[in-house]
Amino acid sequence: MITTAVQEREHYLNESYGIKSWLLTKDHKRIALLYLFTVTFFFFLGGAFATMIRVELLTPQGNFVSNDTYNKLFTMHGVAMIFFFLIPSIPATLGNFFLPMMIGARDLAFPRINLLSWYLLVIGGLFALFAMLAGGVDTGWTFYTPYSTTYSNSWVIATAIGIFVAGFSSILTGLNFIVTVHRMRAPGMTWSRLPLFVWSNYATALIQVLGTPVLAVTIILLFCERVFHIGIFDPALGGDPVLFQHLFWFYSHPAVYIMVLPAMGVISEVVSVFSRKRVFGYHFVAYASLAIAVLGFLVWGHHLFVATQSVYAGLVFSFLSYFVAIPSAIKVFNWTATLYKGSISFATPMLYAFGFIGLFTIGGLTGLFLAALGFDVHVTDTYFVVAHFHYIMVGGTIMAYMGGLHYWWPKMTGRMYPEGWAKLSALVVFLGFNLTFFPQFILGYMGMPRRYHVYPDEFQVLHVLSTAGASVLAVGYLLPMIYFVWSLKYGAIAPANPWGASGLEWKTQSPPPLHNFDETPVVTEEAYDYSSVIGEEIQVG
Amino acid sequence: MGSNLPLFPEAASTIAPDVDHLALFLLAVAAFFSVLIFATIFYFAIRYRRRSERELPHEQHGGMTLEILWSVIPFGITMVMFTWGASLYFKESRPPDNALPIYVVGKQWMWKIEHIQGQREINELHIPVGRPVRLTMTSEDVIHSFFVPAFRTKSDVVPGKYSTEWFTATKPGKYHLFCAEYCGNRHSGMIGWIYAMEPQDYENWLNSNPPPSTMAESGSKLFNGMGCPACHKPDGSGRCPSLVGLFGSTVHLADGRSIVADEGYIRESIVQPQAKIVAGYGSLMPTYQGQVTEEDLVQLVEYIKWLGDKSEGKKPFPGTQGEPLAIPDLRGK
Repeated sequence: MITTAVQEREHYLNESYGIKSWLLTKDHKRIALLYLFTVTFFFFLGGAFATMIRVELLTPQGNFVSNDTYNKLFTMHGVAMIFFFLIPSIPATLGNFFLPMMIGARDLAFPRINLLSWYLLVIGGLFALFAMLAGGVDTGWTFYTPYSTTYSNSWVIATAIGIFVAGFSSILTGLNFIVTVHRMRAPGMTWSRLPLFVWSNYATALIQVLGTPVLAVTIILLFCERVFHIGIFDPALGGDPVLFQHLFWFYSHPAVYIMVLPAMGVISEVVSVFSRKRVFGYHFVAYASLAIAVLGFLVWGHHLFVATQSVYAGLVFSFLSYFVAIPSAIKVFNWTATLYKGSISFATPMLYAFGFIGLFTIGGLTGLFLAALGFDVHVTDTYFVVAHFHYIMVGGTIMAYMGGLHYWWPKMTGRMYPEGWAKLSALVVFLGFNLTFFPQFILGYMGMPRRYHVYPDEFQVLHVLSTAGASVLAVGYLLPMIYFVWSLKYGAIAPANPWGASGLEWKTQSPPPLHNFDETPVVTEEAYDYSSVIGEEIQVG
Repeated sequence: MGSNLPLFPEAASTIAPDVDHLALFLLAVAAFFSVLIFATIFYFAIRYRRRSERELPHEQHGGMTLEILWSVIPFGITMVMFTWGASLYFKESRPPDNALPIYVVGKQWMWKIEHIQGQREINELHIPVGRPVRLTMTSEDVIHSFFVPAFRTKSDVVPGKYSTEWFTATKPGKYHLFCAEYCGNRHSGMIGWIYAMEPQDYENWLNSNPPPSTMAESGSKLFNGMGCPACHKPDGSGRCPSLVGLFGSTVHLADGRSIVADEGYIRESIVQPQAKIVAGYGSLMPTYQGQVTEEDLVQLVEYIKWLGDKSEGKKPFPGTQGEPLAIPDLRGK
């Protein structure tokens, strides 16, 4: 019957076979899957490092690994997670796959550059992996000077080259997205009709293109000082160590928005589809993304409130940091308002979206704590900061990434995931996450410094809670890994539009044909108009 | 492991309650908005749950008023946070004039402390309760950070420059000192204790550890040993400016700028004399970068500070009990 017909239909997964058809593909959907494998690898690698960190911190003494190993573990955890998982995660997998489809395009503007950018990530990743296997790097993912340039005896340069190369992957992806959104929109797909996932990836792309070169410059300067002893950062060579922090955070603060803006885009899609309503305040949510991208470049100095920066500079950076809070708050309020009088489904992507809103709200509100100068002096470089940015990056970005993966899984693979297990995973992740990171807020206010291998006894109870939470969280992440793979063979065949969604990506078959659409779609209505979809969906389902 | 679960750190400085009050305000705002958002989502999710697959809700049209309201109200609240946080930061950044100066030199992985009376400590700092203490800090190698949770204050300790941190302890006791900036292998071992003592106990502690010389005395020996007086004559007749009365005064530079001579300026003028040339003088002085240790530098700084005292000649070296101290090499040479 219909199932066999669907299976025999040609689509992007079965139109050609063999390793070459994947490694030399120019299809954005296949490249997205290549990215998916790559970032999943780094996610589990970074997760393995995190596991060892949490085991070590079970007891106040340093009795699981040596201090040297511990320092390498948290460094490699940060490097793997930030540069090789979080930054590419949503844009390069879900963005790569769906940004062209959502605007009705056959592919990205530059398919070859898209493939090149994946190779750059892999080459960068191999440098970083080499550094990890050769003995590791122990500078912290922040590479603060002069420790990283003069004092560390670990694989700083190999890691830095890896990050440098991966940065170009990010720049090229951003460039590709910007050109694609400008030039490849289907007839009728005006800027006001763009899905918010496209808006947020567009805003992200601006940061990738404008910010990442600064990281590249910073790495070159670090290279010059470490290898050629040209004095830039080390005062013993005539440099200024705090200059490095300015340069590093000029990229790395906006990089937080590279991680979280695409996540916000996913949430806008999911909240809309699973409440069957247009996102409330569509234009405000769209422009909030751009506002975050721009303001994100003006707040780097809030990482330097105790780093001997001038008091007045601190004042300006604190003031500007509060401006970033407003567009973020606008988004949260608008998502909440979208639910009002909606038709709310509790499918897995929506559970992850609820989790995202909750955890991102806590992450964002604690960001307000840290922007308050007099408060930051006490908690900066403590576990309070660790908890805060994990609420944003893990509670925010990874929740959204998981939600997005579940939401688009049927489209990407043509199979449904098992709903019961998936709901369980969302719940386990949410509980595990809070148990892991909430105690760290308290630890930080108590004064527990970050990056400590051994710590005073009075912090142990909270550390034990955190480690217990991390074990629960690990289960929550392993579950989808298992049932996603399982679903490829045993999952129910996915219809074209299982959720009753309105985006163009749902108006083609699951999985999509090589060129996405049998004929170029013509857009005649705003995004998130469900009135016409519900009829269709009933026919399918 | 403690039998009770501590959830709030001890508050033992004048600033600590201020930080805690700000923290409670931030917590109250965060709790209010979290509960508001969570409760609203929860209510909407239950109230408007999907009852049939064919359900198609009516579109709600976004309201400009609502958007403006939920932008302006949070912005107003954040400005309260900003102002409160900033005023506290100013307080934390401005040590009172009567603060007791103490010098801190960080290195991998220890804290070296020197009191102006000459007592030296490692990974321990004894201070009197009720008196502001001002730390002048630098590092011999990488960046460290001097963090005392019970005092709610920290400052990075950066090689190549001086940073300051101040606090007034309010309760006698023993408090954690942590290095808060990752500094390599034994970062988590770069810890120590602050002993806040009643003033009388502090006096007793000072007297029970009599040092061979005060910091200014040690500094004057270095000053002479390095040959500084050959050019820096006290009456200003030398090839270089007199350092008498320098500290705290306004210095006019050759490039037209004017700066106030503080510890950082004095340190910089020794290790990097070309950075700021005093108006009317040439750039004669060689650099002492790498030739004096940071511990020597703080002694030189303390000596030049002592020279800077306007009532100089009457005032003894700090720590000596009244008898004026002769520095024959300097005067009248």
